[in-house]
Amino acid sequence: MILSGWGRFPRVDCRVTRPRTEAELQALVAEGALIARGNGRSYGDAALSAQGTVDMRGFSRMLSFDAATGQLVAEAGVLLSDIIAAFLPRGWFPLVTPGTKFVTLGGMIAADVHGKNHHKDGSMAASVDWVEVMDGDGVVQRASATQNAELFGYTIGGMGLTGIILRAALRLRPVQSGWIVQETLPAPDLARAMALFEASGNATYSVAWIDCLASGDSLGRSLVMLGEHAAPADLDNRRRARPFVTPPKRRLSVPFDAPGFALNRYSVGAFNALYWRRGRRAAGRSLVDWDSYFYPLDGIGHWNRIYGRKGFAQFQCVLPLAASEPGLRALLAEIAASGQGSFLAVLKRFGAQDSRFSFPMEGYTLALDFPVTPATLALMDRLDAVTLDHGGRFYLAKDARMSAATLHRADPRLPAFLAMRAAEGRARSFASALSERLDL
Amino acid sequence: MTLPPVLILGGRSDIGLACAHAFAAKGHPVQLAARNAAALQPEATDLGLRHAVPVSTHEFDVLDTAGHAAFLDALPAAPGIVVCAIGMMGAQEASEIDFAAAAQVMRSNFEAPAAILGLVANRMEALGSGTIVGISSVAGDRGRATNYVYGSAKAGFTAFLSGLRNRLAQTGVHVVTVKPGFVATRMTAGMDLPARLTAQPEELGAAVVTAVIRKRNVIYVRPVWALVMAIIRTIPEPVFKRLKL
Repeated sequence: MILSGWGRFPRVDCRVTRPRTEAELQALVAEGALIARGNGRSYGDAALSAQGTVDMRGFSRMLSFDAATGQLVAEAGVLLSDIIAAFLPRGWFPLVTPGTKFVTLGGMIAADVHGKNHHKDGSMAASVDWVEVMDGDGVVQRASATQNAELFGYTIGGMGLTGIILRAALRLRPVQSGWIVQETLPAPDLARAMALFEASGNATYSVAWIDCLASGDSLGRSLVMLGEHAAPADLDNRRRARPFVTPPKRRLSVPFDAPGFALNRYSVGAFNALYWRRGRRAAGRSLVDWDSYFYPLDGIGHWNRIYGRKGFAQFQCVLPLAASEPGLRALLAEIAASGQGSFLAVLKRFGAQDSRFSFPMEGYTLALDFPVTPATLALMDRLDAVTLDHGGRFYLAKDARMSAATLHRADPRLPAFLAMRAAEGRARSFASALSERLDL
Repeated sequence: MTLPPVLILGGRSDIGLACAHAFAAKGHPVQLAARNAAALQPEATDLGLRHAVPVSTHEFDVLDTAGHAAFLDALPAAPGIVVCAIGMMGAQEASEIDFAAAAQVMRSNFEAPAAILGLVANRMEALGSGTIVGISSVAGDRGRATNYVYGSAKAGFTAFLSGLRNRLAQTGVHVVTVKPGFVATRMTAGMDLPARLTAQPEELGAAVVTAVIRKRNVIYVRPVWALVMAIIRTIPEPVFKRLKL
């Protein structure tokens, strides 16, 4: 079966199985190296393996919920969208969410996803109380901060390479409504965008859309968007009466692959300029429903088709705080000079985080996507080099094209991760196209 | 207003569970009935957690027709909607050489489901309300070499539901016949099914709920199946018998 990640690059002919029970899974693990796959929303090759890809969506039951603590225990294949559908009406929302709700619980843990609140609440790791992981012998172990702590630390952000995540206990946060009070702040250049982030550390959510084609004095011009869960006082009477009811979204869908010429410096430049002007005019406070706020692209089915048949690749790095400004400047200058624009350039301030192998660290993270062409692949290699020069690292859930040498230079934690993989034969039992490409 | 409970016969099957989720999402309490019901507890917990409705599990063996009345009597509340998602494909080759295997398929798809739904129908008729949903199959629309034992049993079940609907038309009890076409379930896992003709279980659940609300009589889950089966039914027998279908 030909599979790919959400970026549709690369595509790999995978042997896919869909077990339903732990016993079936144990039999599969015994057969040879494999990788677990959730809903296929990581961008690159993290959940692809030619010899063994295990579709975990057969494990999709919610097992218990504690309404006193907000702790949900569920199987790895449960979708985030289902968790929200079940618990938002009861006043609970995920503590950490990525930009799409069509991800599985297991995938969120394996990638240690982050949201717009990383600076305040941390990554997925901060909302997971424990996981249960199957090793290469079919043995299932529970791991938490205090029990099998090493396995716990490496499994969160370990890209599925420590074993198969079967179940997890996830903490939700209480919310009073399904609405977000959003404040949009225009920043005409990078320095002011960063100053806005530094000044808004108390905001629960913060993120910036950045116009990566702007150059010169406008380099890094951004719309910084802050958000808070709305309290009853923030709502009008009609909404206050039913605070968790938000309007159903009209579903749009991209019906076919866009032709390659649709995305070029002129169309993306025009889009970015328009988006910037519209955002600047609309600056200020507004009330946005949770779905539009957290998952704007989920409303557009198959949006990955706008990049055409060859697919697209994401680039996401994080730069340490001290090196962030010069690093971002160098990255943006490289992109603006190339004219290889991206619609979705996102800038975010990360808070402090210590973890064994996962992506976030205190500093700024920049995410962009590009249609896959020889020119953009070359550009991304140059962005890799800039990132390395500034002591940054790379988000494996988004990556499809980095070299092993780049990763090994970027991450001093790698030898310890490899040693953990080697011990107990985990490297023999769990492998993906990503782990083979990056020599993990 | 509290909604009436939905009884799912065949509560472990993918189709039965998909129907359970779809009705629970509307707020109906759910009664899951299957063999070895204790093992259904994770499904029941999942249903209850997701949809915040009461869910119970009930031991039920459809082939034990003598026990049907006692099973219905033991339910905690009389169901307002009964979905029969019991089915067994069997292996056609086995059915051809071993009548016991064929009889098992016939009993599981026709005789035993008809027995329990007959009892349900009489109870609903006495109350003057209720809905019966029978999951039949497009395989019952015309016998084919590759699965005529299963198909003939489903044909019998389809005719039974049609007659039941006719009989109950004036009583306030409604009967829905569902012909799913291909559905991506455990029963069809490993088969090479055309994607455009293959429904996901959730799609089937939603279609069943809509059919119940709108009091539809016979539905194909994907509308294209109505066309496909209309064509297959109208092929003249002298031609049809030579086809490999």
